[in-house]
Amino acid sequence: MTTATADVRSSGPGDALTARDRGALGDHLFRWLALTAGLTVLAILALIAFSTTQQAWPALSQAGIHFITSAQWIPNDVDGSGPLKPSFGALAYIFGTAVVAVISLVLAVPVSLGIALFVTEVAPRRVRGFVVTLLDLLAAIPSVVFGLWGLAVLAPNIVGFYGWLHRVFEPVPLLGTLFGPDANGRSFMTAGIILAIMVTPITTSIMREVLLTVPRTDRDGALALGATRWEMIRGVVLPHSFGGLTGGVMLGLGRAMGETIAVALTIGASAQITGNLFKPGNAMPAVIVDQFGEATGDFRSALIALGVVLFVITILINVTARAVVSRAERRLQGA
Amino acid sequence: MALTADSRDLLSARPPLRRRLTNGVATAIMMAAALTALIALLLVVFYLLKKGAHVITWDFLTSDIPRNVRAPAGGVYPAIIGTLVMTGGAAAMAIPLGILGAIYLNEFGKQRPLARFIRFMADVMTGVPSIVMGLFIYTIWVVRFHSLSGFAGALALGCLMLPIVIRTTEEMLRLVPDELRQASQALGARTWRTTLAVVLPAGLSGIISGAMLALARAAGETAPLVFVAGIVFEPNRTLSGQNTALPVQIFRNASQPFPGAQERAWGAALTLVAIVFAFTLLARLISRRFSTGPR
Repeated sequence: MTTATADVRSSGPGDALTARDRGALGDHLFRWLALTAGLTVLAILALIAFSTTQQAWPALSQAGIHFITSAQWIPNDVDGSGPLKPSFGALAYIFGTAVVAVISLVLAVPVSLGIALFVTEVAPRRVRGFVVTLLDLLAAIPSVVFGLWGLAVLAPNIVGFYGWLHRVFEPVPLLGTLFGPDANGRSFMTAGIILAIMVTPITTSIMREVLLTVPRTDRDGALALGATRWEMIRGVVLPHSFGGLTGGVMLGLGRAMGETIAVALTIGASAQITGNLFKPGNAMPAVIVDQFGEATGDFRSALIALGVVLFVITILINVTARAVVSRAERRLQGA
Repeated sequence: MALTADSRDLLSARPPLRRRLTNGVATAIMMAAALTALIALLLVVFYLLKKGAHVITWDFLTSDIPRNVRAPAGGVYPAIIGTLVMTGGAAAMAIPLGILGAIYLNEFGKQRPLARFIRFMADVMTGVPSIVMGLFIYTIWVVRFHSLSGFAGALALGCLMLPIVIRTTEEMLRLVPDELRQASQALGARTWRTTLAVVLPAGLSGIISGAMLALARAAGETAPLVFVAGIVFEPNRTLSGQNTALPVQIFRNASQPFPGAQERAWGAALTLVAIVFAFTLLARLISRRFSTGPR
């Protein structure tokens, strides 16, 4: 800084020009350095796609479309004993991933929207700061801690509640199936509840950002017309931000599907497709982390293939969600 | 409508009871939602303290990990060291790279198609599941060099941190007023000099707090480390060779029925949460204390 100033002060116009030329190299280098750093993101994403697919190829080419349509997951090491040939059908795990993610969103989205509205529309400044810190802390708790809590505290304590739900809703057609007889507390539902707690801070923070883009004048207009705060929210804030809120929900979905450890500890590790949410199941990320240690050869390749499927799904969800959010935000800010 | 009725309405401008009730109920529901989050946090923290606090002793924090999960005592010292070493290594890779990337996005690329694409993909990259990042590092590093190592763990954590650092840093750089850049340029400073000596210091508090949040997230990651970092029972203070981390220890012990394992899991969980909360709160403090805001 000081030398640059000194340069300018001591030199005439001609010297200043040469000085600029000397520094041009630094600028070029810096620009390229920064560009390279930016390109790393693209390089890593491309490498993830390439490298994992390459390692997954033996299993994928062997199983073909059965990988996502069959529920027969029989890894290599079982086949020595008899008629069972190794087979990699991940349908039960894809099912589990989807079920758990849906449960978590059904629970988390209303709560997140409530908190986001509370923070942006209702809460006084102090309370707002408190709630935001609270969400930050909730978001900071590691996945494995939620898993431990779900396994040791939630699962044993919630079994009674599951049983009660089952008894109450048994005669009701759809709910009777969903709330079936329970086993030991480790189930789709328990994993879904844990995921809901983990997803809430993320969806809330995105919903907050979206709600903040609703123009002040629109809110004031509604209030000036005599609307109550809730009528203002329903008539102005929610319609305005609907697109962005949808995007926020989808980002939560992506997060819920990729969550590994908390699900691995609470879902119960049992490959089954069932309508009973109180039964144990399994999800793609949980299968990978549970079985990777003892896997070799094609089995390992199949687990990596599970990762590829997961990667593709989450990328699709994220790309769509980000596009929706940024389009909604642009539209609102332009309005 | 009579004029008098009109003016009376305006004076006592109160909506009818039904609308006020709806408003009250809706507000109550929103408060209940916030309360739900508070209760969830309190429940988790309560059980962490209840089951973990009595485990944490000086001995627990400084002893080696027992080789047998049935063992009643033992500690998590190697895991604490591993967490520090691997997240430290990840930070050393991801933070400079992320800041440089953010500089490209905000100072050079701006709204050009390439910059917008990178920005978009960085957002998408924050959504890549950590387990996929672990598989990625496994395929490009562990398979190639046939070795599990702390460095591979640091690589995986670094990949998870990178997009967070880029996006938070860019947000901060965007808040730095253009007048500062112009003033610096007017003094004859080059762009690189302006960026390093004026723009970065102006946004420093925000950049540090963003980096610390990324660090906190990396410190709590388990999934990638489970299959790229390996396992050790004695402290390994380097990135070479196998290593372990607090989250991995919690995971390994959590599903064991033995009381010793359960105690170690809760003790390690409390230690980890304490570390992560400290980082998060410190980040908030830094950004609040030193934030200059839009000048």
